[in-house]
Amino acid sequence: MNNTPVLKVQDIHKSFGNVEVLRGVSFEVEKGETKVFIGPSGTGKSTLLKCINQLTIPDRGNVWLNGREIVHSHVKINLYRQQMGMVFQNFFLFDHLTAVRNVEISLIKVKRMNRKEAREKAMEELSRVGMADKANSYPAELSGGQAQRLSIARALAMDPEVMLFDEPTSSLDPELTGEVLDVMRKLARGGMTMVVVTHEMGFARWAANEIFFMDEGVILESGPPAEMFTRPRFERTRRFISRMTELYAEEQSDG
Amino acid sequence: MDSLLFIQNNLLSALWEGWGKTLRLIFMSVPFGLIVGIFIATGRVYGNSPLMFICRMYVLFFKGTPLLLLLFMIYFGLPPLGISFTPFTASVLGFILCMGAYSSEYIRGAIQSVKTGQVIAAQALGMTRWQSVFSIVLPQAFCRALPGVGNEIIYLIKYTSLAHIIAYIEVTGAGKIVAARFFRFTETFVVVGIIYLIMVSVATKLLKILEKRLSFPGM
Repeated sequence: MNNTPVLKVQDIHKSFGNVEVLRGVSFEVEKGETKVFIGPSGTGKSTLLKCINQLTIPDRGNVWLNGREIVHSHVKINLYRQQMGMVFQNFFLFDHLTAVRNVEISLIKVKRMNRKEAREKAMEELSRVGMADKANSYPAELSGGQAQRLSIARALAMDPEVMLFDEPTSSLDPELTGEVLDVMRKLARGGMTMVVVTHEMGFARWAANEIFFMDEGVILESGPPAEMFTRPRFERTRRFISRMTELYAEEQSDG
Repeated sequence: MDSLLFIQNNLLSALWEGWGKTLRLIFMSVPFGLIVGIFIATGRVYGNSPLMFICRMYVLFFKGTPLLLLLFMIYFGLPPLGISFTPFTASVLGFILCMGAYSSEYIRGAIQSVKTGQVIAAQALGMTRWQSVFSIVLPQAFCRALPGVGNEIIYLIKYTSLAHIIAYIEVTGAGKIVAARFFRFTETFVVVGIIYLIMVSVATKLLKILEKRLSFPGM
């Protein structure tokens, strides 16, 4: 059992119309690892994440969670999704619910917890992302950084086996990305298994056990951060990383 | 002076009972009309294609026929087919079907205005499609539909005056009978009008309060 990866993705293919977005993507994540996907926009990174928890049904390929295959088992898909937390670029918070209700609703509806337990658990998760004092605020009253931390808390409350992050800082003002990345670093340090799509090279370098560079629907190359940042095999990888690192450095010096 | 005596001695007591019946019609029709509206609207947005088709036909049919004709069909048209209702049930049924069709249009628009990302997020948390519709989409849609739906409720309050035509003697019907018996049309219909005005004012006030309580920041 020990060497079963938490998440195993094999040969995922997905087309939208004539556009082949994913052309055979495979990777594994062991317990406690953080795997980071980088690459130009429109190369299928977000689609790949959605294929993992079947928000998008892949045309071909398989996904295993803790050794159990999840593709094509639509009946149980909700059980699997509970075990995979997902954080979206645009937060997708529930607008009509306060922060604490955002976190507890899935505990009540999906995990069938009673209200008292759910409230306690929700407050615990809010504290974990530094949002306890905003428990009674509505999403519209939160800053982007607070909203994204809340959406992380909402996903964490389900006690997922793995967390999927889909460009969690891309829609934030530069000065707000730090507070979200801090939460993610804390999670990584705490042993959370994570798959992260991001353009934040600093985070990738710090947190990743392995970085995947995606281009045109395939993983062009992969390796530990030290290798990818210093001696990538492909010119395209090198150019992308250096351009992104420059942007990141600019942001840092601005801040 | 004469008018006031008529109102005090003959009219009010006659209208009192009718008013009670009007309220019964309203309290039976509004909640069920809303429920029908919510189901039809949900079916039109989230249903599979046969369900969508049925819901569309429902709205087309009940929006496209006069309410009075609908009441006639239920009360006079169905008994030959072996289905008969009391005047009260026939009226309530007609009002529910009509209100369901109209309010579903407002609710449908509101459902479509809820950002789809929230449904995706709910499903990513393990909610079923219907769980996410009922606990995430509909509460928000209902808040947004309330001003329009409120208008339908106001219309319905006034539409209940049609019930006397199929022999359910509510306040307008009661007024008509008294007016004819005493030949006092002006006083009677002014008073009946005031009764509707009171009901509509109270309903408007209650809807305002409800709207305020259900609204959330960023709505």
